[in-house]
Parts: sequence; C-alpha cells; structure tokens
Amino acid sequence: MKRLTTTFLLIATLALVNSCADSSRPNYQYMPNMYEPVGYETYQEVGFLPDGSEALTPPDNTISRGWLPYELVNDIEGKELSRAMESPLDSLNSEANLAEGKELYEIYCAICHGNQGKGQGQLVKREKILGVPSYADAARNITVGSTYHVIYYGLNSMGSYAGQLNYEERWQVSEYVMKLKEDLSN
Amino acid sequence: MKKVPYRNYISKIFGICIVVFLLFSTSLYSQEETLTQEAEVVESVAEADTSGGDPAKGKQLFNQNCAACHALNRKMTGPALANVETRLAEEEGLDKEWLYAWIKNSAGMISAGDTYAVKIYNEYNQAAMTAFPTLSNQDIDDILAYTAAPPPAPVAAAADAATQVATSETGISNEIVLGALLLIFGLLVMMLFLVNQTLRRIAQANGVLIEKEKAAKRTPIWKAFAQNQFLVLVFSIFLLLSAAYFAYGWFMQIGIDQGYAPIQPIHYSHKIHAGDNKIECKYCHSSARVSKHSGIPSLNVCMNCHKSIYEYSGNPEGPSAEDLANGYTNEFYTAEIKKLYKAVGWDEENQQYTGETQPVEWVRIHNLPDLAYFNHSQHVTVAGIECQTCHGPVEEMEIMYQYSPLTMGWCIDCHRETNVNIADNEYYAEIHEKLSRKYGIEQLTAAQMGGLECGKCHY
Repeated sequence: MKRLTTTFLLIATLALVNSCADSSRPNYQYMPNMYEPVGYETYQEVGFLPDGSEALTPPDNTISRGWLPYELVNDIEGKELSRAMESPLDSLNSEANLAEGKELYEIYCAICHGNQGKGQGQLVKREKILGVPSYADAARNITVGSTYHVIYYGLNSMGSYAGQLNYEERWQVSEYVMKLKEDLSN
Repeated sequence: MKKVPYRNYISKIFGICIVVFLLFSTSLYSQEETLTQEAEVVESVAEADTSGGDPAKGKQLFNQNCAACHALNRKMTGPALANVETRLAEEEGLDKEWLYAWIKNSAGMISAGDTYAVKIYNEYNQAAMTAFPTLSNQDIDDILAYTAAPPPAPVAAAADAATQVATSETGISNEIVLGALLLIFGLLVMMLFLVNQTLRRIAQANGVLIEKEKAAKRTPIWKAFAQNQFLVLVFSIFLLLSAAYFAYGWFMQIGIDQGYAPIQPIHYSHKIHAGDNKIECKYCHSSARVSKHSGIPSLNVCMNCHKSIYEYSGNPEGPSAEDLANGYTNEFYTAEIKKLYKAVGWDEENQQYTGETQPVEWVRIHNLPDLAYFNHSQHVTVAGIECQTCHGPVEEMEIMYQYSPLTMGWCIDCHRETNVNIADNEYYAEIHEKLSRKYGIEQLTAAQMGGLECGKCHY
C-alpha cells in the first residue's frame, strides 16, 4: 500500500513538473527587474496614450525626422503631374543606385510584378493576385515620376509602400523599374 | 402450319428500345445537378459564341488586364463584371458600342459628360479606370464572353468537399481501429488473469504448494544493500552527482525561452506566406534592414496583398491530411483573414476603410533582456546574415516559435566562428585591412573585429 502511494506521488510530481514546461508561456526569469525594461517597449500597451499603444502616428501638420514631404496629391491630376518629375538622384552614381534599387525591387515588388517586371510574380503565378500589368504596357506608359507617385500612394489594388521605403529608396526602385521597362521594350 | 418465330418482332424491338432508353435516362437523372450545370455552361458558351467571343482567350485577357480591379462576382476597386453585357443592356439600355468606348477611353467619356459614365465614376470613389486603347474589339468580345460564361467552379468545390469528407472518414475509422485494438488488449489481459486464477485453484485442489515461504527466509535485498557500506557510499555519491547535474541543467535553462510558441490573436502562418508564397522576410519586417528592431508589420502591410486576397484557396491540391487533422482548413484561414479586416477596419462589401480600427495584440516571442543590446540592421544589412541563421526555418513554421536560445554563449559562439563578410562591404574595408595585418591572418572573425568586447552589447 505504501509503495503504491509513493509511486503515485512520484508520477504526480513528474506530471506537475512537466505541465510547467508549457511552450505557450514564457519561461521563468532570475531577476525580472534586470530583464524587463523600465521605459516603454516598442508597440507596448500603454493605458494613457491614444489607442492604448506606445506606437503613435505623427500629429497633424508635422513631419517626422528624416521624412521629406511630397507635394503632389493623390488624385488623377497629381498622377498626371507626376509624369514630368525627374529623379533627383545623382546620375553619375546610377550604377550603385540601380544595384540598390534591384535589391529593394526584389524584396518589395517582385512578389507581384515579377523579377523582369512582366507582371508574373510568384503571387500572380499562383493565382493569388491577378491583373498585374507589364511595365512595358504601352497604354500606361509609365515614367520614373509616375512610378514614384504610385509607390508613394499606391494605385487601385496596390498599396502604398511609403512606409517600407524611404525617399531615396523609392527613387532607386523607380529608376530600376524604368530600366526593367527599357529591357522589356527592347 | 407455318411457324412464326417472332410474331411481334417490331413491337419487341420497340419495347427493348424503351427499356434501354429508360435505363439510360435514369442513370442520367441521378447526376442531374452537375450535368445540367455543365449543360448550362455549354449553352451560354454557345450563346456567347454567337457574339463572336472566345471565353478561354477572354479569361487570359481578363486575368491580365482587368482582374487587378474587377472580380466576376464581387466588388473590388471596380464593379463585379459577371454578365456585365446583359446587365448593362437590360438595366441601362447600353449596347456593346458603349462598352467598347468605355474600355478604350473611360476618362474621355466622363469628360464628355456621358450620364452613366459619370454616375459609375462617382459611385466608385472617382477611381479612374485605366484606358485600354490596345485592346481590339475582338479582345473585348472575348473578355465579355468570359464574363458571360465563367468556367464551372462549383464542380471543383464539390470535389474538394468530397475529398475532405473522405479524409475525415478515414480519420474516424482510424479511431475505431484503435479503440477495437484497445478492447482486444483489455480482453486478453483479463483472460490471462482468469486463467492464472483457475490454474492456482486447480493447483490448490491437487495439493501442490506454491513455494513462497522460502523466499521470505532470505534477507531482503534492501537490507543486504544497507549492510554493504561501500555500496551505500558509492551509491550516495552517484546520487548526489546526478542530482547536481540535473539541478545545474534546470537552473541553466531559467530565463531561456527557446521553443516559446505563444498563441497569437490572429493565426498567422509563416509557412503559407514565406514558404508557399515565397514572400521575402524583409517585405513585412522591413525595418530589419534599417533599424535596431525587425518590427512587427503594421496592418497596412498586410492589406497590400489582402485587399485582393480575401479568402484562402491554398494549394491547387488542397489542404494536406496533416493540416486537416489540426483543423487548418481553407475556411479556417479565411476566417483569420476576416479577423484582419475587422482589426484594420476594412469594409469588404463597399471596398473601403471604415476608420474603426482595433489594434492586434500580437504576443512578442523574441525578447532580449534589457541588459543586452542587439541591432538587426547591423546583422542583416551590414553583415548580410540570412534571417534563418538565427530564426530557424521560419518558412516551415505553421506556428512561430523561438528557434535559438538567444543566450550570451550562443551569441559568442557565432561571433567566434563567423568570418566578417568583406566582399562588397565598404563598411569594414579599412578596419579589416589594419587588423588582418596586425593579427597576420587573411580572414577576420567577428570576434577578432571586437565582437566580444563587453561594451559592444552591454552598456
């Protein structure tokens, strides 16, 4: 009888210890006050701030540091005006800019537009997203400025990439898109 | 008298014909649904053919040119296009010529003041439709033929459902087999027990004594053990050492969250996004390129694709048996996409944002203690390390978990073993040249470059 109780106790302890190792919960810490930050962490829940979140959008009529405002508005007129815009990047440095643009293009654009810009990216091939046009499409006749405009604001089903690419990177990608268009037209 | 073998020959043939006909038609009748559907499709294709369009070619053109903004049966940026030709003809009294003109130059028609053109333009938030002057009238006919007769999708869905039922059936039968096995096992055990008892009883009745008492006379083994002092000493030393070993192991894993896989508010599958669809890690975690944090993507990044992808259709071969066993059906994933829509405030009906947002409370997995500094851009952009080196095979993870221990020893091991990437890397060119001359070696590891200095990570 006694042996039975001991076995039972042993099994119960083992089960208890095992149940503590729950992969959906973080582990114990030695000294949490060394681990846990005193300041607010990124995206942390903070009660007194709007939306209850540490992450905030800039107040109206301000721009965040390192951000350049864009003068054209997101409508048809703005898009037409953008066609005439020229790239502000140094043309002497175009090789490096294109290399950078290629790298960024393959991260952010190629998933739909395809590596060659034909509109045959992985998502299009798998029929998840349809109707992605080729850059060489004559009716659209994209320019470096209109490409920048569309990256900044998005167009129809395409979203804005202004959050993922900064001012310089957007122009680098636009220049690379122009190179793809040229390659496709030839 | 003359013999007439087949007096009612003709009527017999007639009767057999009727029987055959009836038999055949009943078999047709049992498949009525799909067949009539197909028949309808064929009919409408035939109808469309009279207008000179080729729906197969039209589908291709539609997917290339129109599908970015239009779907057949739901509103997107533009209106749903199923049967657009007949709809316009019946409701608005507009003919094909109007459609030709609209598709080729919609902006021109709006500025010319065409009533319906202006109306539809305003109805869809003044989103201008791209002009398609390159499409010929024949192309447009093809597209219209496709919108009038889309290929029969419900058949495939039905087949899908059938396979799903079949797989779930095998799951049930598996359980039944297991249960039956258990039952048989239990019966066997019981039988053994009973046989044993009967045998004993027979032995008792026959006067055979089972030798039990002899064993009791021997010294029990634990007593013998306690009397042997050397054995006790060795055993206690062994016990202490092993206890110390396990205690050390347990203390060392405190504060390490390797394998931590919390339940997230939205079931986001890295396997589907990064694995099946091959989306770059940095597409969503874009700040890993340029900042300390890799960042949780804000919901507008999700909506870049999910504005168009409103349901999960999975792989062409359908969900695997493993996914189904876990409950990861297509409907399950579609419901998760709806959670995203709710959080970001996207009104699917009207294809616009409502402005009522609700932050998604993601649970952070990788969390370095506050006493250590780590910078993503330093590792991702400057050193060019693959994300998978530290985060493991994320593209195979249905549920994200912490792959590496993220301990200091783990950091240092890697810094000692990894050579500094100097190919096309201006950042390190000068310091690498100086230090490699000083140490007299070709390739510096991260540790030799100062990757072990305390102040680099702790300050």
